[in-house]
Amino acid sequence: MGDYLRPRDLDEALQALTRPCTVLAGGTDFYPARVGRSVTEDVLDIAGIAALRGISETPTGWRLGATTTWSELVEAELPSLFDGLKQAGREVGGRQIQNAGTLAGNICNASPAADGVPPLLALDAEVEITSLAGNRSLALAAFITGVRKTALRPGELVTAIHVPRTQHAARAGFVKLGARRYLVISIAMASAVLEVADGKVAAARVAVGACSPVAQRLPALEAALIGMAFDKSLSNRVEATHLAPLSPIDDVRGSAAYRSEAVLTLLRRLLSGLVP
Amino acid sequence: MKVAFTLNGTVAEWEGVPVTRLAAALRDDLGCTGTKIGCDAGDCGACTVLLDGRQVCSCLVAMGQVEGRTVETVEGLALPEMLAALQASFLAHGAAQCGICTPGMLIAAEELVRRTVKPTRAEVEDFLGGVLCRCTGYSKIVDAVMAVTSPVREADPAAGEAVGARLSRVDGIAKVTGKDAFGADAIPADALWIRVVRSPHARARFTLGDLGPLRKRLAAVLTAADVPFNGFGIYPDIKDQPVLADGLVRYRGEAVVALVGARAEVPAIRDEDVPIVWTPEPPLLGIDAATAPDAPLVQADRPRNLLLEGGVKRGDADAAFADCAAVSEGVFETAFVEHAYIEPEAGWAERVGDRIEIHVTTQTPYMDRDEVANVMQLRPEAVRIVPTACGGGFGGKLDLSVQPLIGIAAWKLGRPVACVYTRPESMAASTKRHPARVTAKFGCDAQGKLVACDVRATFDTGAYASWGPTVANRVPVHAMGPYAVPNVRTWGEAFFTNGPPAGAFRGFGVPQAAIAHEAMMDELADATGIDRLEFRHRNALRVGDTTATGQVLAHSAGLAQCLDALRPAWHEAQEKAAAFNAAGGPHRRGVGVGCMWYGIGNTSMSNPSRMRVGLSPTGALTLYNGAVDIGQGSNTIMVQIAADAVGLPAAQFALVAGDTDLTTDAGKTSASRQTFVSGRAAEKAGQDLRQQILRLANAGPDARLSLEGAMLAVRDGTEVRTLDLATVGPLMGEGVFDPPTTPLDADGQGVPYATYAFAAQMAEVEVDIELGTVKVLRIVAAHDVGKAINPTLVEGQIQGGVAQGLGLALMEEYLPGRTENLHDYLIPTVGDVPAIECILIEDREPLGPSGAKGVGEPGLVPTAPAILGAVHHATGVRTYRVPLLPHRLREGIVQLKGKTP
Ligand SMILES: Cc1cc2nc3c(=O)[nH]c(=O)nc-3n(C[C@H](O)[C@H](O)[C@H](O)COP(=O)(O)OP(=O)(O)OC[C@H]3O[C@@H](n4cnc5c(N)ncnc54)[C@H](O)[C@@H]3O)c2cc1C
Ligand code: FES
Ligand code: FES
Repeated sequence: MGDYLRPRDLDEALQALTRPCTVLAGGTDFYPARVGRSVTEDVLDIAGIAALRGISETPTGWRLGATTTWSELVEAELPSLFDGLKQAGREVGGRQIQNAGTLAGNICNASPAADGVPPLLALDAEVEITSLAGNRSLALAAFITGVRKTALRPGELVTAIHVPRTQHAARAGFVKLGARRYLVISIAMASAVLEVADGKVAAARVAVGACSPVAQRLPALEAALIGMAFDKSLSNRVEATHLAPLSPIDDVRGSAAYRSEAVLTLLRRLLSGLVP
Repeated sequence: MKVAFTLNGTVAEWEGVPVTRLAAALRDDLGCTGTKIGCDAGDCGACTVLLDGRQVCSCLVAMGQVEGRTVETVEGLALPEMLAALQASFLAHGAAQCGICTPGMLIAAEELVRRTVKPTRAEVEDFLGGVLCRCTGYSKIVDAVMAVTSPVREADPAAGEAVGARLSRVDGIAKVTGKDAFGADAIPADALWIRVVRSPHARARFTLGDLGPLRKRLAAVLTAADVPFNGFGIYPDIKDQPVLADGLVRYRGEAVVALVGARAEVPAIRDEDVPIVWTPEPPLLGIDAATAPDAPLVQADRPRNLLLEGGVKRGDADAAFADCAAVSEGVFETAFVEHAYIEPEAGWAERVGDRIEIHVTTQTPYMDRDEVANVMQLRPEAVRIVPTACGGGFGGKLDLSVQPLIGIAAWKLGRPVACVYTRPESMAASTKRHPARVTAKFGCDAQGKLVACDVRATFDTGAYASWGPTVANRVPVHAMGPYAVPNVRTWGEAFFTNGPPAGAFRGFGVPQAAIAHEAMMDELADATGIDRLEFRHRNALRVGDTTATGQVLAHSAGLAQCLDALRPAWHEAQEKAAAFNAAGGPHRRGVGVGCMWYGIGNTSMSNPSRMRVGLSPTGALTLYNGAVDIGQGSNTIMVQIAADAVGLPAAQFALVAGDTDLTTDAGKTSASRQTFVSGRAAEKAGQDLRQQILRLANAGPDARLSLEGAMLAVRDGTEVRTLDLATVGPLMGEGVFDPPTTPLDADGQGVPYATYAFAAQMAEVEVDIELGTVKVLRIVAAHDVGKAINPTLVEGQIQGGVAQGLGLALMEEYLPGRTENLHDYLIPTVGDVPAIECILIEDREPLGPSGAKGVGEPGLVPTAPAILGAVHHATGVRTYRVPLLPHRLREGIVQLKGKTP
């Protein structure tokens, strides 16, 4: 039987991380991976650290504490920039999962189908990483390096996710495709943030999940959107060639060909849905 | 570590390993077994509790995280001596069937009703979306939550008025308070536990290394050598499945070694620590592999890998097709489907002198008794089966699971021994619905009268026989559908493969066949230009018709009435769909209809039931009921039937159910037979007791009884005689019923069933044609049940069956090694199942109790055909393979577009 540490402050947690141990936050990925067997590893429970919780505004944007739960996010008062992330939060599992699962847990688990990742990519989120040596910050795209792989080094903890303020008024959204309602792993999902100025798209960030080992931004589509009139015709800009960064696979949830085609539909609907 | 927190309003202290799951601590250490464990992975929601007022899965919370917080479980809901409004509403609406999901549902709903007592349906779905229910189809649960402020409580029915009343379940209070004890709920604290090591290969030979070191660490390590008779199976002459494999495994998930030890000890031993040397062989997967000319054998003594074949022949189908105005053909395929009862297999055993007592979740205590006796080489009387509450079965708890292993270990070790399957283990080890390939050809004349049909149903029966013969026998009788067809050839055949054993699953192969015959009906209707519902109406089997097996239906064949009842909704739905589709856009609506018939009880086989009603010298009125209630409500309806037969109020009855020492054999809870067969036996038992009473009181047949304490008053006209039961002595009424059937001859001619249930269902769907997703908007289900003994329970069976039919049609596919958990194997959630309207048709069956037939399986059979017909109506795509996953439907839509420019 391993040790179980539940520090109240961050320093204590970082101290504990000097030896190998598994971080436990909401437990919604931790326990399902351990059905029917005893937990023998050392566990560092970070859910009790007040400094890791909650959402605050900073001079450059917003800081989402690592252990902020999906429900806390959904219930927080945030600008429309966060609509996509909130919509994703409402689609994570069912209410029980949203009440327990955390934002950082979702990105650290690094599942290709993590619903939080595309909206956070579209938000240009940065991951705040802390160790005894200090802080570093990584773009989310650089943080998740593969299926269930991250750039976290031994001794490091994700302490927050930062979302920068946008230059212009932003519209954001998220769409998810699954084979049932509630408690469903995405067959594919997409999220977008559009900054709008003078009736035109001034900046665009679009990301797709579950169609590649790590969710991907679609730079070609983003480029095609910039400068376009912010109206329903935006959805006509989506083209199959924009999906080049994706590499969908066949699995029990859907075929690769279906995913590629469905993503185009999702993207079109996502974009037209952003226009009131 | 010590953890202090508030549990249901009082201070609780717990000490233990802090990474322990809250669910485990609640159940094992804090006495809150109302919190259930269905998966330990967040997927089922059975373990839902409130943590600081918010619902969470207690299987995903570490005890270390509970310090200083507030936990509320189902045990905290009720007020002293009174149900909470939510519980009362669940009880009144029949929202609990087996009850295993009920605590989680109640807690999830509690979070909502604390915010609003008048929730919308969408809010209810959002709050309950994380709790799976496999029994109810969610309809009555949603109703119960929405009506929480206005619970309807019907008065207890008076003497003679129980049949037909919406009586609340007799075991309902235990279910809504979390007190009902399921297989894992009452395991003695000193029990040893078993963990079974299972095969990771679909087909392999293996040798066991030195088990000595493991045996030193554990109480015992059981292998094939420890099993006195290492074979079990449903049929007396087919005991082909080993309790523990002996050098050879035939499917992934097969039991190989049983580790017996202290509770915490057995999961700590990993499979890798058990010295098994595997030599995998290429597995035979699927029907084609098993029937290939050079296919190796799955079982050495089964040539061609054939389990069984046979059919029904009437008239001359080949010749008749030549004269048909329209002929339709198709090949339809279905997948392995998992029962996904929310309660995994569980139980414990104890040696009592020279007897073994087994407490287990089961559908069939008497078969369990005989089978365990055979495996352990004991006399059947030396085995006692005590069924616990059963958290769903649907056919999957008709086969042995934990019984033989806990029996053998407890016998050997002289200590109680328990075993509870994990979810992945339950899914890998247990039986499945047979994958089928149904090749169908139907023809009709220009007026749309069916003339001929030729159906061949080929089944993948997996590694062991299980209920395969039952499926292969039943399907040829049903494969032409509930229609009068003069020229019939049907054939059923089942082949062994290295898939999981395919066994009994609600409908015994008939749902697979129905997908085929109903698609054919739609096509012939379209080909002859007749409305799809009217086409079926024209061909419906009616009283006086002769079935394909040559049986004349003398009574109770209500399909035409079911279709009549659907007609208004059918027309209205078609108009609505047309109007919706006229608006264009990526969504298309469609309407479909499906019909079925279902023979009640075993096929051409004796399946008797014996029931007793006792009246003791103290005035205790007891129904001794050997039928197990697996959620469908037999406990309640048996009491209703017996009560009216005796002539005393149902509320005065006590119930002894299932225990093989205390009841008589009522047969298994399967084949929709308990209402019809055991119900009739209960009726006869009640009538027998009544006769004895009337004789003692010298009263006429219309006398009215009333029971107060030990005094039984018999009022005959104006005369009242009072019997003092203390002096009369114990009375016992007994009833036996075995539905009359005859064997089928080589051409399948005979009387396979004494009576048949009929049904027609209608589905409205909306298809997203760009994504291939299907949303079922509405189901209307008309069922001829003979007589609804308890309409609430009948509706519950239909709604639950419909939800499973929806899963079969749209999402369920068990792939060994890939969908072995409830994360990847999807069953419908509350958000997937629409409102289900039930229409009960009562075309009396004179053999049944008060005219009743069965309804357990029929609810499921027509649903998939109705949904798939609606999808075709919406898109033009005919489904030849279920489940119709989004990518499959989208592929069909694209292909169709290619064909019609
Ligand atoms: C039934 C069910 C349904 C689900 N549905 C969805 C869904 O629809 N969409 C979806 O995206 N996900 C889903 N999930 C997955 C999961 O709920 C989410 O990924 C959740 O956000 C994980 O957060 P957590 O706090 O529970 O993670 P935990 O289980 O506590 O941790 C997850 C992993 O991240 C590590 N970790 C956590 N926090 C940190 C940190 N701060 N620093 C470093 N490492 C850390 C842990 O060591 C662990 O490896 C579902 C899970 C379940 C059980
Ligand atoms: S047991 Fe916790 S969700 Fe299934
Ligand atoms: S009543 Fe819901 S699972 Fe049985």
